Amino acid sequence: MRFAAGVDVGSTQTKAVIMQENDHARIVARVLVDTGANVTKAAEHAFLAACRQAGLETREVGFVVGTGYGRYKISFGHTQMTEISCHARGAHHLFPNTRTVIDMGGQDSKAISVGETGEVRDFVMNDKCAAGTGRFLSNAADVMGISLDEIGPLSLQATKPVKIATVCTVFVESDILSYLAQGKKGEDILGGVHQAIAKRTISLARRIPLDPEVTMTGGVARNIGMVRALEEVLGRKLQVSPEAHFTGAIGAALFALEKLDQSFEFGLWRTEHAAHSGN
Amino acid sequence: MFTKHEYRGQIHQRQKQLMLNWYERLEQSAATGSPPAVSLMISGNCVELLQAFDAVPIYPEINALQLAIRHQSLEPILAAEDLGYAADNCAYVKADIGAYLKGLTPTGSRLPQPALVLCNFVGCNTYLKWFEHVAAFTGARLYTIDVPFLRENEPTPADLQYVVRQLKELVPVLESISGRKFDLERFRDAVRCSARVEELWSQIKHLARRSPSPFDAYFDAITLMGPLYVYRASPEGVEFFEVALRELQEKVANCEGVYDQEKFRVVMEGPPPYPYFRTFRDMFAQWKACAVASTYSTVGGLWEFGFRHNPDEPFESVAMHMLAQNVTNRNYLQRYEQVKRYVEDWNADGVIIHFVKSCRLFSAGQGDMRDYFTRVLGVPTLYIESDLEDPRYFAEAQTKNRIDAFFEALEHAKLTAARA
Repeated sequence: MRFAAGVDVGSTQTKAVIMQENDHARIVARVLVDTGANVTKAAEHAFLAACRQAGLETREVGFVVGTGYGRYKISFGHTQMTEISCHARGAHHLFPNTRTVIDMGGQDSKAISVGETGEVRDFVMNDKCAAGTGRFLSNAADVMGISLDEIGPLSLQATKPVKIATVCTVFVESDILSYLAQGKKGEDILGGVHQAIAKRTISLARRIPLDPEVTMTGGVARNIGMVRALEEVLGRKLQVSPEAHFTGAIGAALFALEKLDQSFEFGLWRTEHAAHSGN
Repeated sequence: MFTKHEYRGQIHQRQKQLMLNWYERLEQSAATGSPPAVSLMISGNCVELLQAFDAVPIYPEINALQLAIRHQSLEPILAAEDLGYAADNCAYVKADIGAYLKGLTPTGSRLPQPALVLCNFVGCNTYLKWFEHVAAFTGARLYTIDVPFLRENEPTPADLQYVVRQLKELVPVLESISGRKFDLERFRDAVRCSARVEELWSQIKHLARRSPSPFDAYFDAITLMGPLYVYRASPEGVEFFEVALRELQEKVANCEGVYDQEKFRVVMEGPPPYPYFRTFRDMFAQWKACAVASTYSTVGGLWEFGFRHNPDEPFESVAMHMLAQNVTNRNYLQRYEQVKRYVEDWNADGVIIHFVKSCRLFSAGQGDMRDYFTRVLGVPTLYIESDLEDPRYFAEAQTKNRIDAFFEALEHAKLTAARA
């Protein structure tokens, strides 16, 4: 029985997934940790925890693919791939009919056009601006003194969502403060915040073909308010897997499974050595 | 590690020497007033007329990019912003003005006060103000050539006549700053040199149609562009490009490419991020991706499609070059056609568009260009943003991420096609 792993080091959180080589590429472990300041440690921590969860020694994991912005900092990774390729591959694995992926992470959002085998056909991303990303939402949550987990459900209770004019992650704070000063309800403000991001994200996504089945991935997919807001702007249901947050790591693990046959080049000792070296 | 295969030949040594010679001439001009120095814009430049009077061109863009490539552009940019230039003004302008005010030059040598600021306004309307400012700061005389945009595929006879007349009116101005009488034969000689250089340059560009391409028609072409603009109308330019062509032909004969194994062929649109030139180049080298054509290398002239200056009609051909034979004065649909032709005839796998934040003129519409290539033509196209001069707009991780993802997808497509 052979195993491979994908480690997705994002700007906010690091995800590790271990998969077993069989017909369905079964997920045997998934771990999520905060990335923090030490990217290398976060990756190592997530990977070791995933091995423990799967009951595996690190040397039993034959190939590790790193992805995300911290992918080059993964000391034990055998190779790196961008999270764009990994999200496409992961989303296709979860929903084989998906041809469009909307990924919303901590600091970027992207739309990916996916081919029949999970390959990237085209992609667009936010540029030099955190509008439409998880950071926009977390700033809004901070200003309102509400936890990130609560804002989505609360936004669904909005009856008169306010208009958020800015898409700037910094200036949204002053917009929110102004609405709070006017006595607007928290749920209406959050409804407006979610709508603003949804419009921004869908307008970005419209630069690629928005084929019927659209899958949402990334950490923000856990926010039900965001999912509904995107669906409303898009005019159709989104596919959202319970594994949405791990999609990049799943894609990386799938690439790693493919590369298992090449792993002899690297030597299994290296994986074990690097993972325990404390680099 | 991957850059060790990067081509470094006689071309690069000679180019360096020629450009140093140019800066020495400028320094001599600064010290003695001779030869007279004339500020000139790269795009669609009329360096042939300057050569006829033995005047030396000062190209503010070359100074600006040389500062950027040496990681020295931020200081003058900030100096210009202190003076009141806005954050979204052209960063070339700010670097040039700031460098003038602070006395910075790329080589540390002195630059002369221009005897004439010659605004050959071609395509980029920022130049009108830029050169007005240069004239105001230096106190030099300003002469603006008004070159109409190319609205159709060819300029009208009236457009041509309009520019020819302005060039002829420029002659007494150049006589006055140089103290020389205009000599038509000298002008014809300069135009003749240009025609020869253009032929050689065109042949070089067509060598990139070979696989592997013997040079990178973006990064290496930039090396060749300095001599192309400064020395085009001179015997030194002819000699340089003869050597360059021979060297590259030898590489073709030996099947030598830019990399030990050329994996991808791309067409580049837009200028490079000069403050991160090496970093940017390495992002492509890592994938063994060779640019086989680029629109940026046609800012000065579009010679690979056949146009040549003509010594029998020197004024008319200089005017035609300014009006219609450089990428910046042409309309957008012509740029689409140019890129399309590169993709087809130079056998490229995809297009890379580098959007320049501080250049609205060159970059406006590139989003539509991306859509046209991906959606209408089905050509994989990557769109990335930074700046040609301002280091503050370059996000290395973001840029690398996009480039890596683009080539991962291309690689997958190639592997899939090979299996089919």
